[in-house]
Amino acid sequence: MIVCVKQVIDPEAPPASFKVDAAKNTVTLPPSISPVIDPYAEYAVEAALRIRDAQGGKITSISLGTNLLRDVVKKPLSMGADELILLEDESFSDGDSYSTAYALAMAIKKVGDYDLIFCGRQASDWDAGQVGLGIAEILGLPSVTLAQKVEVTDGKARVERVTDDGYEVISVALPAVITVSNELGEPRYPTIKGIMAAKKKEPVIWKPADIGATPAQVGASGRRTKLMKLFQPVREGKCEIVEGETPEEAAANLALKLREAKVV
Amino acid sequence: MAEYNGVMVFGEAKEGKLAVITTELLGCGRRLASELGQELSCLLVGSDVGGLAQEAISFGADKVYVVSDPLLKNYQTDTYVLVTEKVAKQGMPKVLLLGHTALGRDLAPRLAFRLGTALTTDCVELAIDPDSKSLLMTKPVYGGNAQASFASESLPQIATVRTKAMSPLERDDSRQGEIITIEAGLDPSSLRTEFLERVVAEVEGIRLEDAEVVVAGGRGIGSAEGFEQLEELAKILKGAVGASRPPCDNGWVPPGYQVGLTGKIIAPDLYIAVAISGASQHITGCSGAKTIVAINKDPESNIFREASFGVVGDWKKVLPAFTAKVKELLAD
Repeated sequence: MIVCVKQVIDPEAPPASFKVDAAKNTVTLPPSISPVIDPYAEYAVEAALRIRDAQGGKITSISLGTNLLRDVVKKPLSMGADELILLEDESFSDGDSYSTAYALAMAIKKVGDYDLIFCGRQASDWDAGQVGLGIAEILGLPSVTLAQKVEVTDGKARVERVTDDGYEVISVALPAVITVSNELGEPRYPTIKGIMAAKKKEPVIWKPADIGATPAQVGASGRRTKLMKLFQPVREGKCEIVEGETPEEAAANLALKLREAKVV
Repeated sequence: MAEYNGVMVFGEAKEGKLAVITTELLGCGRRLASELGQELSCLLVGSDVGGLAQEAISFGADKVYVVSDPLLKNYQTDTYVLVTEKVAKQGMPKVLLLGHTALGRDLAPRLAFRLGTALTTDCVELAIDPDSKSLLMTKPVYGGNAQASFASESLPQIATVRTKAMSPLERDDSRQGEIITIEAGLDPSSLRTEFLERVVAEVEGIRLEDAEVVVAGGRGIGSAEGFEQLEELAKILKGAVGASRPPCDNGWVPPGYQVGLTGKIIAPDLYIAVAISGASQHITGCSGAKTIVAINKDPESNIFREASFGVVGDWKKVLPAFTAKVKELLAD
């Protein structure tokens, strides 16, 4: 099994701390807030671990980017994954969904031996949700997205896929790509033992040439979309705080206020 | 070789009618097509969707492509990508729009990769650049903490569009259009997935996405029992109960209650956020509400930047008193 895991700026950081650097077209956070592995990818790691718990297998985590912090990208190892591959090179930076999916697909091809490829339903930075399906398309594999439950039997995966009003059950032939949604349930915490084991494991590092790609095909040079503008919509921030001597009185005053404003 | 021309909308059906998102896409597509001085088409795919063609025309389409086949009864990635690829190659639209729904999120990326073009997902704004005539696609990024505008030079330019971001046109049944039937031409043996069953979550009372009043709870509610108090207020206001992600992930409420980026995008008249901190990922799902009311013990929490009215205090004290007063006022 292969899991694709992205390092992102912490999506749980307070909204007020997100700033746009208009000159560079990037979003920044104060240095005090460290990057994390993408929360959606943690569900993907968890889905792979649950299958391994049930029937064994090996899990390889792949991350792509530049300035990958070892403590961050090793989290899948500390949760229980077996191996870590990093596509780490300056030329991988500033890619879009297309060039990222291309590089990951080439790396997965090099790994060669796999039954399932897991990705998060989307990454919490650009929220695109394209890379998993792009990998499937490039490798010519079937795919199921938005999984809330995955079970493997007889060379097939049975996947519950979240829909707008419930879920549907799909059976897919392996190998396949599955993107995982948060309905899967909370990912496990790394154990102390897992963290110690992860510390000892050295990641395998691949450059574009190692996966049979040229620098022109990956990262910013391989993009198909152009980012024209990044901005933050202006917030009006005109909340009227209703007060009272006690919480109960404030609550009653709020009800009166809403009645007055014809909101209720 | 034919040139790329016009705007195409991928239509979805719901309960025997065009889905609301499709009418919204047709409204937006009509505007873009007019700016390009080109036509608007709609693609309908399913086992028996021909009957919806006139409805698509009434909502703005000039031309409707209909692909009906028993194999298309349920959405499956392989069949739907093949059929949409076929029609896109025949119709050659310059712009192709899909809803950012469970279907669109799955279909659009594979389709874009197969057609060798690019895609922008979850758009809230689409515009034609007056000079280049190319499509400018704007979407929330970083969980709603920023917005990004993208352009793509490869054609067709594909976008998925968020629900409730666009307005449908007034339905006009006197509109005329052309209906073109296309054979699916599917080979059942090429299918790599099998559709086993669909499970629709049962909803008691008003559906979240249809409710005019929504009472939503966050992590601070702390338990399934806590949500019973929200149900009580929702009932009095003839509304529905919603939640941010943590209560859903913790199993206090079903996943279908989730409002936000990966849940439902709603636009009620009144949204009462109880013990919700207001992460951008959540706000993105409720910012379309006419009035947001917040009850939260932390005066610094982000929800107060979004709300019009608020009370700072422990919800366990505030909510029962608020519910009692509302009940009293509505009884008068």
